[in-house]
Amino acid sequence: MVRVEFLGPIQKEPLELYITNLNELAEILKKDATMQEWLENSAVAVNDTLVSSRDFPLKDGDRVALLPPVCGG
Amino acid sequence: MLYLYDGALDVPRILKEWYEQETSSNYGAYIPFVGTVRSEGGIDGLSFDIYEPILNSWFDAWSEKAKAKGAIIKMAHSRGDVMLHESSYIAAVFSPKRRVALEFIDEFVEDFKASAPIWKYDLKGGKRIYALDRSTAIKGSGILQ
Repeated sequence: MVRVEFLGPIQKEPLELYITNLNELAEILKKDATMQEWLENSAVAVNDTLVSSRDFPLKDGDRVALLPPVCGG
Repeated sequence: MLYLYDGALDVPRILKEWYEQETSSNYGAYIPFVGTVRSEGGIDGLSFDIYEPILNSWFDAWSEKAKAKGAIIKMAHSRGDVMLHESSYIAAVFSPKRRVALEFIDEFVEDFKASAPIWKYDLKGGKRIYALDRSTAIKGSGILQ
């Protein structure tokens, strides 16, 4: 089971999914109309480390986070 | 060191504490940057969400860069609501000589704006509105689209 969290302004409850890589997550989230605007501008972290490829493998217990555009200060 | 506070920052107290922490550290320069909420666009204030695990690792990486230059960096940021003319952000560099600190504070604050996992909202008419138009997508965003 992989837990997926949506940070900051993304108004979506966490998901618990049986997935093995980020490609599978992308396919699931693309079916959610409320996520379209966020998929193009959000970064992805696995276990709190930013990742740069959709081929990133996931294992049981991993935590994925989507980080939309930021503006601290 | 990284310090997070609920609500507005007590700027005089924090700057004084940081100054006193390094009194005997033999740094020749202390360059602080203070970010204050300005009145614009009819806002009553700003509000912030922070994702601490990634903020901590981002800050640790910058602390290592500072260390390599013989400098140290300190940062304070608000969580939640900060009203007009209050401050939500302080960054400061201490270094042996001024040039390193002046250059480093510029690089650090620019990367902070582009990378630190903090989300800003306008407080306006009782609503909390995400400031998307002033936000920056983190490098590498969009891999799931």
